[in-house]
Amino acid sequence: MRTRLPFALSTLAAGLLSTQSAMANDPVELTMYYPVAVGGELTAVVDGLVEDFEAQHPDINVDAIYAGNYDDTRVRAMSAIEAGEAPQLSVMFSIDLYELLEQDAIMAFDEVVETDEERAWLDSFYPALMENGQVDGKTYGIPFQRSTIVMYWNKEAFADAGLDPDTPPENWDEMAQMAAAVRDASNGEQWGVMIPSTGYPYWMFQALAFQNGHRLMSADGTEVYFDDPAAVEALEYWVSLANEHNAMPDGALEWGTLRQNFLEQSTAMMWHSTGNLTAVRNQADFDFGVAMLPMKTQRGSPTGGGNFYLFKDSSEEEQRAAMTFIRWMTAPERAATWSIETGYMGVSPDAYATDALEEYVETFPPAAVARDQLEHATAELSTYQGGRIRQALDNAVQAALTGQMSPADALAQAQREAESVLRRYAR
Amino acid sequence: MRPATASTSNALTFTSLRLPSLETLAAWLLALIWIFPLLYAFWAAFHPPAFMVTFDLTAPLTLSNIIDAWTQAPFARYYLNTFALVTGVVLAQFVVCTLAGFAFARFPIPGKNLLFMLVLIQLFVFPEVLIVENYRIASELGLIDTLTGVGLPYVASAFGIFLLRQTFKTIPRELEDAARIEGCGWMAILWKVYVPLAKPTYLAYGLVSISHHWNNFLWPLVVTNSVESRPLTVGLGVFSAPETGVNWATVSAATLLSIAPLLVAFLLFQRQFVQSFLRSGIR
Amino acid sequence: MYSLNAYRGMQFYGVLLLLPAAILLITFAYLPTANTLINSLYIPSFRGEPRTFVGLENYQDLLSDTTFWQVARNNFLYALGTIPTSIALALGMALLVNARLPGRGMVRMAYFTPTILPMIAAANIWMFFYAPQIGLFNKLLSIVGISGINWLGDPNVALSSVIVMSVWKEAGFFMIFYLAALQSMAPELKEAADLEGTSRWSFFWRVTFPLLMPTTLFVLINALINAVRVVDHLFILTKGGPNNATNLLLYYVYENAFSFFDRTYAATITVVILLVLALVATLKFTVLDRRTHYQ
Repeated sequence: MRTRLPFALSTLAAGLLSTQSAMANDPVELTMYYPVAVGGELTAVVDGLVEDFEAQHPDINVDAIYAGNYDDTRVRAMSAIEAGEAPQLSVMFSIDLYELLEQDAIMAFDEVVETDEERAWLDSFYPALMENGQVDGKTYGIPFQRSTIVMYWNKEAFADAGLDPDTPPENWDEMAQMAAAVRDASNGEQWGVMIPSTGYPYWMFQALAFQNGHRLMSADGTEVYFDDPAAVEALEYWVSLANEHNAMPDGALEWGTLRQNFLEQSTAMMWHSTGNLTAVRNQADFDFGVAMLPMKTQRGSPTGGGNFYLFKDSSEEEQRAAMTFIRWMTAPERAATWSIETGYMGVSPDAYATDALEEYVETFPPAAVARDQLEHATAELSTYQGGRIRQALDNAVQAALTGQMSPADALAQAQREAESVLRRYAR
Repeated sequence: MRPATASTSNALTFTSLRLPSLETLAAWLLALIWIFPLLYAFWAAFHPPAFMVTFDLTAPLTLSNIIDAWTQAPFARYYLNTFALVTGVVLAQFVVCTLAGFAFARFPIPGKNLLFMLVLIQLFVFPEVLIVENYRIASELGLIDTLTGVGLPYVASAFGIFLLRQTFKTIPRELEDAARIEGCGWMAILWKVYVPLAKPTYLAYGLVSISHHWNNFLWPLVVTNSVESRPLTVGLGVFSAPETGVNWATVSAATLLSIAPLLVAFLLFQRQFVQSFLRSGIR
Repeated sequence: MYSLNAYRGMQFYGVLLLLPAAILLITFAYLPTANTLINSLYIPSFRGEPRTFVGLENYQDLLSDTTFWQVARNNFLYALGTIPTSIALALGMALLVNARLPGRGMVRMAYFTPTILPMIAAANIWMFFYAPQIGLFNKLLSIVGISGINWLGDPNVALSSVIVMSVWKEAGFFMIFYLAALQSMAPELKEAADLEGTSRWSFFWRVTFPLLMPTTLFVLINALINAVRVVDHLFILTKGGPNNATNLLLYYVYENAFSFFDRTYAATITVVILLVLALVATLKFTVLDRRTHYQ
């Protein structure tokens, strides 16, 4: 008996140990949702990156799920959480921060970082890209597919209109004049400029407002300033491109088909996400350039795009694995690859110091415009109840552009709507 | 009588020779307009993007759009999901609606008329109208992001129950009695007498149900999260949402990919499809 | 014929047969309907606090919500734009293909094919037509010298553009019901009319159209339901914009529930939709089925 019992115990222990080690060998399963909002085969790029990661980290499996545009991705992730199948991490709109906080869905990276090295990693990104991801001194969003708005211009169209093909407009007046010149020279065949007003109209408007020296929201996401005279002036300028200068078509301009418009040369200039750069480069059969957006009182563009978030309701092991994955994905070499494949920004200065990206920027200077514009960048419109607030502003922009309301009235109405939505969030 | 009929049919031929030119023209023109969007999708899908809006009959044909679409999104998986979904839903509907239709047709259930009216309400209140609450219920049942979740709300179809009840009621009791004399129980009677005689109804209802679920979008959109459960329509919607700025030619190709099986089935079995829709219309 | 016991047995058996359908209908139709009514009386949880009972406050908000009124108006116009047009077209198509016509099968197929396409696919195709500047419609218009209609971006035009697409999608479906009705009409009527020398026009209005009334009513009910139920194309074409010009009730529900996380307000709007459907149902059960008995 005496000998048997320890034996039994030890087999039991061995059995336990072996299951434990088997468990340790089982790869950690991570689920991640991600959006694509610009053209090109970005899903293939993401899948490729994930495969590389899994090859290097056999102990971690990542199920990367393409969920549509930014809104779709938020809906998908939230619905998974509600169904009790929360992802461990996701790439989501950088401006979803407040809503994710309000739904109590995400956790700060500060709670997961352990080593000094990891803390240094948290500080390795461009500060402008961190603005939308931080609140109350904590970091919730790590920049991944980040962009600014840039201006693409068709050099051939400029030359045809008697403009210097290598000089993009510096300021609002120049842009309006040059755009009108293109329109005239083409006998109405070609438009001068297109600024998209579906999809993300608030984003474009924010750029204009910031170029006029105005920020649309408070830093804590509880107040907005849509009806400020500087904002009204910005919207008036946008409307005037169509109404006064006859340089842009009337009505709302579709975000999704705009790149096609540019490629078909139906407009000489377009404002669009830098995330479109590689797709434009691959498909344009004419010479084009990329410039920072023109200025009124200053240069300016909001940042945009998606951040990595960590979700609550995951084990410590999963959180560590998610960290490993996010660090790998945002490491300089990957950031460089990602930037080259898409046009999105390299998210850290180190990314631009890699050989690959350095070389790429040298042969294709437009690739650096978004980065250079970062010093003039502002955080993207992000508030509590962001969906409603953005929609109020989107509607105002569209109402003004389609001539339903004057810019001042439209923005005043958006401000009223926003204030009534935000009333209960005022601190 | 006979000569009169002959003379009128002569008159008919006469009018149809004299008048139709204008009518025929109108009919054909309208047909052309109606089919044009589909023809256009074919054009766009099989030509290089440069010929999207320029019609040049010498434009080179290409399969690269189809290949692009196929490789850029997991259409194979979407096909599989849609096939599984449609098959599952239709089979489950057959079972559930047969039982209920049989009950309504042949059994003395207390409050039957009231119950039947209650069922008919579902002809108007579809699962997608109640997306918010159905979503919550699906979520509580753990059905989010599963094909079961996509299909289950449609299984007890008032429409199916109604159709089968009507059909069963037309089947003479004598057949049932004969089967009973041979010693059949209720289930055997249902299986050997009623179901075989209702075959045309099953075919009609099945085809309508297949096309409905092949094409359904809103509820699947809400209830699925991942590639593993997305049906074709949602996959297509996610793939070609305008803000992704995906190449038009590729979107056309993807669109054709997702409608191809149903379209081919329709072209092959046109008569059955039309008959089915008709039969199903007589609610 | 049956003993009391056998009768009870059959009752029980019948109830058993009904059970699966009953459970599913309760779960996915009746329970959610009741929940919708209840939830419309609450506002959602806020910063971790539980949801609060607010009585009819959501309904008050709804009444003062200008967007809701616009959406309701859009939906009304959408119904008004799609239903008569598609019914008239369907009837016209049915008359055309019911007559002798070279290539009748092809023509009928052309009319009917849009019916079997998913709305999403149809919207994708029409998106290319409607795109400003580079879209097909404007390319064609520019040939005749008309330029730049912004089909989906101009709030005055956008809803009509959406309507046109819906009509294209639906007319062929309604056509087959008219066609069936026409084919079941007694040929003697036509013969008699021909003998009397009645003109085709007055024959249509005095004989055909009245005889088709039940079909028209049936089609009307279906069209009404579809006008409320089908919003798939909005996801591709307009997302309800610009400035809510094409937003419809069910899409507004979706927005509130899934984009704004305001499920209780979404429930409130759903109640409105349910009311509309109840009206349609009443119409069907009183007018259309007056002579039908559900026994």
